[in-house]
Amino acid sequence: MSEQNEEGRGTPVGRRVVLGLLGLGAAGVAAGPYLLRAQEAVAGRDPTGLTGLLPGGGGFRYYSVVASVPTRDADTYTLTVDGLVERPGRYRLADLRAMPQRRIVRDVQCVTGWRVPDTPFEGVPLAHLLDAAGVTAGARAVRFSCFDGEYTESLTLEQARRDDVLVALKLRDAPISHAHGGPVRLYVAPMYFYKSAKWLSGITVTDTVRPGYWEELGYDTDAWVGRSNGRDDAPTA
Amino acid sequence: MRRPPDLLLRFTRAERLVHRATAALMLTCLATAGCLYLPPLAELVGRRRLVVTVHVWCGLALPVPLLLGLAFRAVRADVSGLSRFVPADRAWLRAVRARASRRPAGKFNAGQKLYAQWTLGSMLVIVGTGLVMWLVRLTPPAWRTGATFVHDWFAAAIAVVIAGHVRMAVRDPEARRGMRTGLVDRRWAEREHPQWVPAPAPDQEQPTQEQPVREQPVRGGGAPRP
Repeated sequence: MSEQNEEGRGTPVGRRVVLGLLGLGAAGVAAGPYLLRAQEAVAGRDPTGLTGLLPGGGGFRYYSVVASVPTRDADTYTLTVDGLVERPGRYRLADLRAMPQRRIVRDVQCVTGWRVPDTPFEGVPLAHLLDAAGVTAGARAVRFSCFDGEYTESLTLEQARRDDVLVALKLRDAPISHAHGGPVRLYVAPMYFYKSAKWLSGITVTDTVRPGYWEELGYDTDAWVGRSNGRDDAPTA
Repeated sequence: MRRPPDLLLRFTRAERLVHRATAALMLTCLATAGCLYLPPLAELVGRRRLVVTVHVWCGLALPVPLLLGLAFRAVRADVSGLSRFVPADRAWLRAVRARASRRPAGKFNAGQKLYAQWTLGSMLVIVGTGLVMWLVRLTPPAWRTGATFVHDWFAAAIAVVIAGHVRMAVRDPEARRGMRTGLVDRRWAEREHPQWVPAPAPDQEQPTQEQPVREQPVRGGGAPRP
């Protein structure tokens, strides 16, 4: 290890370290999908929960586009349904709980890569609320607004009537917490999770699809898991 | 430049600015990454779009201070000095392993050289994978999954290594002063970087001379050489 080369200026250790790191990075990019799957498999059988501390680890991540989101509970929460409908309405949390409920267990897939397997959501099928309001002729789309004051989403009327689209009240069989978008959030099972708007406060039936918050910033409006946003994840529904 | 004889110039302003700007960008990247990635911080801060924008642009700017610094000779000298191991560096590594107190080193010891090269290499990897994640339409999805994986792991490793770097600095006030003011105490330098310290001025009669002149030919027909 005492080699001297290139006119005795010393061993080019720097070049070796940098090239080694670049090689490691490139190998990691190539092998990443497999390594990530292996990491998730280990984490799935880990009773200690320590693997949750690993980079890229599973589980939900909290995303909010505003600085702070007000808290709404059973006393203060309302959901309005308006736009191209015969019977605009306002629903309290108790009203929504009294409606027919549907429970769906699917994977949650975020467009940034994380996936949470077999996650139960439960709530009122959106189609039920649309039927109750009576969608008028000329309606083509549904727009969603949120009580964070900023976030918006939208679906075509056809997408909104799918039976795996819920106005969700429960996540993992418990009331949805504020951090997860509670007390009421949208749940669009077959699409990337940014479509499942948190803190849902308004449903407006419209004549055209208006792109939502992230869609104005370049994300796909028709956000089918595995068939949009340039990704090839396994479909969730 | 006049300075007290017991102080040595370790870092010029250009070297200090490159260090400071790179540190500021790197810490901003780590802080914004924490706000995007760690649920408690994400809940506290929110404002996802703003945080993403700051993170992306600070990340893209990471190599800029070093590239601009290459216009200065002192920075170029550091870059070339940091990139090569000389026999003293192997002796330094052996001394560290043996927990010996005398550790030979030039301006930078072997640990600092390895840290600098880690910084350069990991910066290239983290910026490269960040570009793949940012320019979503330009690369196939499998690349992006892999790039995200590498970005996450390298970010965690960078955070750990920087924590170690800061810990070393916290324990050595003189090294911090060198990076803050550019000047270090001669005794500190003789202890930590013995092969770097220039020989002291020959005697007190010629306090303004920077270099001993005995070995150089004398200009202007001075005293004959022995």
